Amino acid sequence: MKQILILALLTLLSGLNSHAQDASLLVQKVKAKLEKVNDYEATGEMKTNVSFMKVPAAQVKVYFKKPGKIKIKNEKGISLVPKGTVSISLSNLLSGQYQALDGGTDNVNGVAVKVVKLLPLDENGEVVLSKLYIDEKNLLILKAKTTTRESGTNELEMSYGKFAAYALPDKIVFTFNTQDYKLPKGVTFDYDDGSRKKTEATAKESQRGKIEITYSTYLINKGISDDIFK
Amino acid sequence: MWQLLQIELFKIFRKPRTYISFGAIAAMVLIVQVALKFDGQSYIEFLLGSLKDTLDIPYNTILNGYFVCFVILNLLLIHIPLLIALVAGDEIAGEANMGTLRLLVSKPVSRIQLMLSKFAATVIYTALLLAWMAFLSLVLSIILFGTNDLIVARSNALEVISRNDIMWRYLAAFAYATVALTTVASLAFLLSVFADNSIGPIVSTISIVIVFTILSELQIPLYDRTVKPYLFTSHMLGWKGFFYLKTDAEGISIPGTIENLPAVLKSMAILLTYICLFTGSAMFIFKRKDILS
Amino acid sequence: MEVINVSHLSKQYSDVNAVTDLSFTVKEADVYGFLGQNGAGKSTTIRMLLTLIRPSAGKIEIFGLDLLTHRKEVLRQVGAVIERPDLYKYLSAYENLLLFAKMSGLRVQRRQLMEQLEMVGLAERAGSRVKTFSQGMKQRLGIAIALIHNPPLVILDEPVNGLDPQGIADMRNLILHLSRHLKKTVVVSSHLLNEMEQIATRMLIIDKGKKIIEGSVNELFDPSKTIVEIDVNNEARAAEKIAQSQWADNLQQVSTGQLVLQVHKDQLAQLNKALVEMDIAVTGFKPGNSLEKYFLSLTGTNQHVAAFTN
Repeated sequence: MKQILILALLTLLSGLNSHAQDASLLVQKVKAKLEKVNDYEATGEMKTNVSFMKVPAAQVKVYFKKPGKIKIKNEKGISLVPKGTVSISLSNLLSGQYQALDGGTDNVNGVAVKVVKLLPLDENGEVVLSKLYIDEKNLLILKAKTTTRESGTNELEMSYGKFAAYALPDKIVFTFNTQDYKLPKGVTFDYDDGSRKKTEATAKESQRGKIEITYSTYLINKGISDDIFK
Repeated sequence: MWQLLQIELFKIFRKPRTYISFGAIAAMVLIVQVALKFDGQSYIEFLLGSLKDTLDIPYNTILNGYFVCFVILNLLLIHIPLLIALVAGDEIAGEANMGTLRLLVSKPVSRIQLMLSKFAATVIYTALLLAWMAFLSLVLSIILFGTNDLIVARSNALEVISRNDIMWRYLAAFAYATVALTTVASLAFLLSVFADNSIGPIVSTISIVIVFTILSELQIPLYDRTVKPYLFTSHMLGWKGFFYLKTDAEGISIPGTIENLPAVLKSMAILLTYICLFTGSAMFIFKRKDILS
Repeated sequence: MEVINVSHLSKQYSDVNAVTDLSFTVKEADVYGFLGQNGAGKSTTIRMLLTLIRPSAGKIEIFGLDLLTHRKEVLRQVGAVIERPDLYKYLSAYENLLLFAKMSGLRVQRRQLMEQLEMVGLAERAGSRVKTFSQGMKQRLGIAIALIHNPPLVILDEPVNGLDPQGIADMRNLILHLSRHLKKTVVVSSHLLNEMEQIATRMLIIDKGKKIIEGSVNELFDPSKTIVEIDVNNEARAAEKIAQSQWADNLQQVSTGQLVLQVHKDQLAQLNKALVEMDIAVTGFKPGNSLEKYFLSLTGTNQHVAAFTN
């Protein structure tokens, strides 16, 4: 009996170990694909959906340079970009030392995905936990949930098209936490048009913001100056 | 009638106190522009400070001519009514004080024509004062600070307006502000009929505007329902409605739109009603008034 | 021809009847004196003629037109100086004149305006601001404004107030010039009786808003006569003796310690002698200004003499 139990335990552990090795291996494969891109300059349309912000769709440029520089620029106007957009870059998600754990499987927009949890080994780092939803067949991350110390949990959803070979998405949706925004009426002197005010319930649920970038072009590995990121 | 209007405009623009108003506006606008030029970032931090941990704030691009103009209007349109009352309150009371009213009324000109020409001259003065303010606050700000998108800070929201969607809003806002300030002018004009000295109407007008503005801004439910909708000061800020945009289902603002145009038009209609009420009352009373000065 | 016809004019304020049932007529080419104490209702009446005050009752016709319904047509033919002419101090004399000329409906040339200023002796100060003017100069500018549109009727309300003796003399000459040479009808209100005596052809005396008397100066009193106030110890005895003498018809008034007689100016010495012969003890013998005495005798207000002296 004792031997059966030990055998069962060993089988379980080796199973777990093999799953962990599978997860780690998968992440490495995804990372290798991402490593093909040293830098890119992408053009796209950014839509900002934050409860207290009313922003028009804007034409933006997104710059990336390995290992972890990323910048969103609105050259013709103003874009208020949330802090932590550094995690818009998938490379950044996979940078540093971490332990990859098997998180099972799931489904993202009808595609079966492998869930991998990344636990950073650096206990003092900003990121506490990342959860990746990976399309194993194409080695593409479809979704990433990142829990940070300062900014709570961010969510990144990607859809791929013509740039899938470089693991560069056609569209990303970045969901993040926002703080409430308020200024005294004695400062703003708002015009009261008599319409109904936002209720407490909707106010609470709308403390999540969303940025959606639909990319039209990528210029990949053309070289980007560091000045752009200043 | 055109002749009378010319005469009234001549009198207004020959009075030294008229130029005090233009000078005062120039000084106030320049003071704000200089302050923002040297330390605009502090002001933006004051407006957006609660968001600096959440958002990357591009201070340099936020501080542009359109933003500066909006700040100026926000700060100064509260104070401009005094400069309007300075001239409007003097229209009848000043003539009575000078002793010229009896000369005017004994001329072969109907009292109604006289009042209409005086009021029209006051409206033109108001419009010119606004135009001067528009030039300094918008044109000069654009020259000094350039252009970019405009961020409008509301008490619980931020509006970002694309740069090529702004100018027409300012033109509409200045036109609206002219109507709003004409309401103040018509009140001062009415009070001027009762006095033989312009100090009374000027001070009374400003006092009424201040008290009504305080009532308009107070967050007391009793006043929200009963008093606020009827105060003309509640509608004087309607020019800001041109800077509030509609959003689509995804919460993205739609360029070229106004969040609540019917409300803005309703506010303007209320102001126009007040103008008719004040001016009509002034004419009715003046027509029957004994000129004893 | 009647230029002004006022019938049953009244003005009532809440606690005061400023004018009560006043009727009078101003004929063409009259210099019409409008006399009364301060507060008698003169200015109120004049302001009603100029539509500055609405009458409570009554009718005003000027040049045969009802003032109420033909206001503009009437006022085009009227020029007025109302009390002290206050003008736009921050404008020049020329600008003031131009402004009011335009309000009278005139298209004026610079030459016409300068001629008008020349007439009142202000051509050299045409460009000066009115705030630098003396009272007399403002009065003259007021006259120029009143006359710029050549009105046939000129109304002057207290035109000599605040003027020095030269100014008063100039104003008197101007009024005579308007009437005799320019053939204008002039209505002048004043409390300066000696001035009115020299220029008025007809007059109206009002007191407490009511008409006391109206008529030509010659009808009302003979300027060659004079009113004499005689102070006596025993007025009853003195009055009895005068009543029995040739001077009986000259006796106007008997009051405590005083008799008032009206005699020809060249009879004063004779009267004096007669009083001695009648053994009337006289303590004072005061021949006075005839209009002033006449006015005071009508209004019965000796104690107000001080209010009229300049």
